Amino acid sequence: MNLTLKIWRQKDAQSSGSMQSYAVEGISEDMSFLEMLDTLNEQLNERGEEPVAFDHDCREGICGSCDLMINGQAHGPEVTTTCQLHMRSFSDGQTITIEPWRAGAFPVVKDLIVDRSAFDRIIQSGGYISVNTGSAPEANSVPAPRDKAMRAFNVATCIGCGACVAACPNGSASLFLGAKITHLGELPQGQPERMGRVASMVAQHDAEGFGGCTNIGECTAACPKEIPLDVISQLNKDLRDALRAGY
Amino acid sequence: MASTADVSGLTVLNGPPEQRSDDAHGYYTPAPEKLVDAKAPTGLIKDRWTTRKMDNRLVNPANRRKLDIIIVGTGLAGGAAAATLGEAGYNVKSFCYQDSPRRAHSIAAQGGINAAKNYKEDGDSTYRLFYDTVKGGDYRSRESNVYRLAEVSANIIDQCVAQGVPFARDYGGLLDNRSFGGVQVSRTFYARGQTGQQLLIGAYQAMERQVAAGTVTQYTRHEMLEVIVVDGKARGIIARDLVTGEIETHLADVVVLASGGYGNVFYLSTNAMGSNVTATWRAHRKGAYMANPCYTQIHPTCIPVSGDHQSKLTLMSESLRNDGRIWVPKNKEDCTKDPRDIPEEDRDYYLERIYPSFGNLVPRDIASRQAKNMCDEGRGVGPMVGDFRRGVYLDFADAIARLGEDAVREKYDNLFDMYERITGENPYEVPMRIYPAVHYVMGGLWVDYDLQSNIPGLFVTGEANFSDHGANRLGASALMQGLADGYFVLPNTIRDYLADGPFEQVDEAHPAVVEARTSVQERIDKFLSIGGSRSADSFHKELGNIMWEYCGMERSEEGLRKAIDMIRELKAEFWSNLKVLGTADSLNQSLEKAGRVADFIELGELMCIDALNRRESCGGHFRAESQTEDGEALRHDEEFAYVAAWEFGGEGGQPVLHKEDLIYTAIEMKQRSYK
Repeated sequence: MNLTLKIWRQKDAQSSGSMQSYAVEGISEDMSFLEMLDTLNEQLNERGEEPVAFDHDCREGICGSCDLMINGQAHGPEVTTTCQLHMRSFSDGQTITIEPWRAGAFPVVKDLIVDRSAFDRIIQSGGYISVNTGSAPEANSVPAPRDKAMRAFNVATCIGCGACVAACPNGSASLFLGAKITHLGELPQGQPERMGRVASMVAQHDAEGFGGCTNIGECTAACPKEIPLDVISQLNKDLRDALRAGY
Repeated sequence: MASTADVSGLTVLNGPPEQRSDDAHGYYTPAPEKLVDAKAPTGLIKDRWTTRKMDNRLVNPANRRKLDIIIVGTGLAGGAAAATLGEAGYNVKSFCYQDSPRRAHSIAAQGGINAAKNYKEDGDSTYRLFYDTVKGGDYRSRESNVYRLAEVSANIIDQCVAQGVPFARDYGGLLDNRSFGGVQVSRTFYARGQTGQQLLIGAYQAMERQVAAGTVTQYTRHEMLEVIVVDGKARGIIARDLVTGEIETHLADVVVLASGGYGNVFYLSTNAMGSNVTATWRAHRKGAYMANPCYTQIHPTCIPVSGDHQSKLTLMSESLRNDGRIWVPKNKEDCTKDPRDIPEEDRDYYLERIYPSFGNLVPRDIASRQAKNMCDEGRGVGPMVGDFRRGVYLDFADAIARLGEDAVREKYDNLFDMYERITGENPYEVPMRIYPAVHYVMGGLWVDYDLQSNIPGLFVTGEANFSDHGANRLGASALMQGLADGYFVLPNTIRDYLADGPFEQVDEAHPAVVEARTSVQERIDKFLSIGGSRSADSFHKELGNIMWEYCGMERSEEGLRKAIDMIRELKAEFWSNLKVLGTADSLNQSLEKAGRVADFIELGELMCIDALNRRESCGGHFRAESQTEDGEALRHDEEFAYVAAWEFGGEGGQPVLHKEDLIYTAIEMKQRSYK
């Protein structure tokens, strides 16, 4: 396959960026999208042009590093991470536009790399259960209902990639936040801190500059782990309970 | 010379090894004395850890905040240690190259985590987990360390559940278990196929809680490039801020390396793209011994290479071998045919043929090696990669006929989907193609029982050290070791060292600091100034091919010698023909890669020397010269029941081999058989 790539190039956070066009040749449909970018970078290096910087690590869909807007869609046309997207999803001669995540709370660091440290700070504000090492009771001393444990697991599969924020017209991180609130809120161990957690995490979410949720649902459509929209309902319910209780 | 007599006076079940062969003669210098773990515990094996915890000195809570701990890496071992030491009140600085601690590669582990809880009442115990782990490691691990690992395994599950790790549960709401990796009890706890992810998020959240509490400071997008050793003690690191390019000095009372394994020396592996050996290799060059570097685990069920563009390999759970039948065509001319058109009598179900009693369920190393043998004979399938077709069929047609497609779908749905996404082929209709891939390294920096390297103040945990898995790791044991080290072992051993602190303040102008900083700066300047024509990636690929060919699933004296020569030539070309664009004072992924590849090249040479010296087959290390008449692995305990700990011999010098005898008082050595 031969492709035309339009890629966002930006020297650093302080500089302004622009779209640049590159022709890339000899792409196999068995390549992953990131291997296609590797090929481009190898060609750029040969020509003496600086390679395109992009985030990636595990390349098996679980670390959450990859963060590309492909033809305007977070992670591209399939419901998966960019690293698991393959070139057979594109056609010969196509023009592909590649941008970094679009969100004010994720500033561009360089080219296609953004700063997602806001997610760490949201977790710091309460996305945990307070238990020091060594103080845990016997694991089976507190049974957890199976359906609740399964729901907790399903939403705990969030990889923190930020596609939900990038896809949201409001730049809201409500899906990310709702997934964590639901994960910890569904388990018996998460109950003691439940109200304080949601109040504190929502406050941090807002302070980071993420927008509000207006139930558009682009987040869940873009989510490579298919986190369902109802975690946002759970988030709102827990927040309502917490506010009523005076948190 | 130290004897192998157990210090506690217990009966020693094996004699001291006496090496007769010397294949690596000329490539190394033997150390005059045997290496002895000065912290080796005494007494009955079941009491050793309790005694050590009692004997290790405590640090007064008021003094803890005056003590600075640097931890490099935020996977299970590093993240858990940062959280626990932060909770204890120490002042922790945590470093990772990723943009968040949550992305460390522990996250990719699929299967599960072992613990001797005996919830199934099926006869499991601490001793049985210990026994299985030592045996699985082919009797090349330290028994005291492994027993401790088994002992703390139950506490790990308690801790993780309390943190909110959503393990699988049964209908009564209690924890579920499954069996794993050929053992006869069900002791594996799991969270569907994403156990590593859930455990890591637990450790990450515990660590972020300490960041909020102010005890842990996290430095993301930072890469450690040098360890600072002052008066013989590790006192800090030099790190590069990967965004600004700034070279930073971080000083501390103690340094912990939890930087993971070096499987990426093979270029293609199931490791993350960024996984590297730099932290441990830099420490090795500063004097830390590298132990058993040749012990590599190669996993049999990975998705095969599809072409030269391939950047990484994806693992599929071993459970597929429970129902899939592995075969290749009997005739080479059939290799390009549609497999569905190859009649039954022209198929070679080679594992069932060679190992009638275990069949497709032979251990990982055997399944991997036989797949390679078939492909080397020219009977591999799939696309040509280099001179061979590198793939064998894993066929579910029989299982689908026997159980029905729905039953197969229920068991393996997510794996079949993943396979189809990557290959574009539907495994319900066409047999899967699989091939082995490098997955884990058992070797790593040498540590004593306290997880301290031979450099005082430098501790090493998780996959980065060598201590628990011997020559082969059992499934679901990597997660166990990472968390055991991070939550329970290191916090109880490091305090004995820190009881002597805070150590004398080190000035940034100290010659040792200046030297470390200068060497980092000079290396970076060198990478950018070579001005050759090849990318770091292309050197990495070439190194990977050499390692895979000659230091992979089967190693021979002739091949290893050839590999050492080839790596030396590659190293010379790297330092004269490398091309790195961009600048040092900005985010520069090519520059990061160059540093990692430079270290992989040096490591690769040492791995080959280690493999050359060890003229026996054990666990993941198969030497062509050491096999039974049937082609099975043959161990030589009387020569090689020792840990090979290599000391850096200086630039252009020969590494020095220190041998630590393995002493068994609680388990008797036996040969494996799977026929």
